[in-house]
Amino acid sequence: MDSTPLNLLDLLIPEAIALNFTAASAEAVIRHLAAALLRQGYVRETFAEAALEREARLPTGLRLSGEIHAAIPHTDIEHVLRPAVGLATLPEPVIFRNMIDPTDVVPVRLVFLLALEQPKSQVEMLQQVATILQNPQVVSDLVTAQTLEEVRRILAQVMPAQS
Amino acid sequence: MSKPKVVLVACGTAIATSTVVAHAIEEEMKKRGINITTRQCKATEVPSLAADADLIVTTTPLPSNLGKPVIQTLAFLTGIGKEEVLKQIEEILKQ
Repeated sequence: MDSTPLNLLDLLIPEAIALNFTAASAEAVIRHLAAALLRQGYVRETFAEAALEREARLPTGLRLSGEIHAAIPHTDIEHVLRPAVGLATLPEPVIFRNMIDPTDVVPVRLVFLLALEQPKSQVEMLQQVATILQNPQVVSDLVTAQTLEEVRRILAQVMPAQS
Repeated sequence: MSKPKVVLVACGTAIATSTVVAHAIEEEMKKRGINITTRQCKATEVPSLAADADLIVTTTPLPSNLGKPVIQTLAFLTGIGKEEVLKQIEEILKQ
């Protein structure tokens, strides 16, 4: 396996990017992105159910500092074949429960579905996700992006320069 | 050099969230000259690991009465209230 740190831009799978995605529920978003990762060979068939089960038990909704909130569904590494990230932006929010307080209902318009392997190799990518979440302007730009190219351009701004 | 303080970092799967949190705490405490090591675990593993920790930082709800200081925060993901949390962590680890 390549041991170089994995960048979010490298891990975002174009087929698993759903911009302006209309979904009735958080479950529909997770299923849609998980199905794309499955088709592309990044996750096992068990991944979608595992992510949904985990979301029900240990939710991943995050209230951010801006008006748009996010969620980072993920599950145990045994359901993952190769690390990958799916992204959905939603014109209408879906409901996720708050990671820190599952009684809190969070309207979410930005979803990163994380298919993760060993934590250490992904720390860079995870920090990049956190960097995005901490920047309301970037979150807002991402949610209004219309093309994959735009998404890449926005994300490139928050990637640290390669040392 | 004194023995490093142990920060137990808990989240749901011990993969994603706690990786970000542990890394952030390590960097920030290094800047402050505080010698720490972090350990990541699932929230369900905390009761069996708490004994060796000086501080527990978690992003998901934990059982109470762990006998150790607990900080529950999403600040290292969302950025909200990060400075306050870092101050809190620093104060606990300096004791």
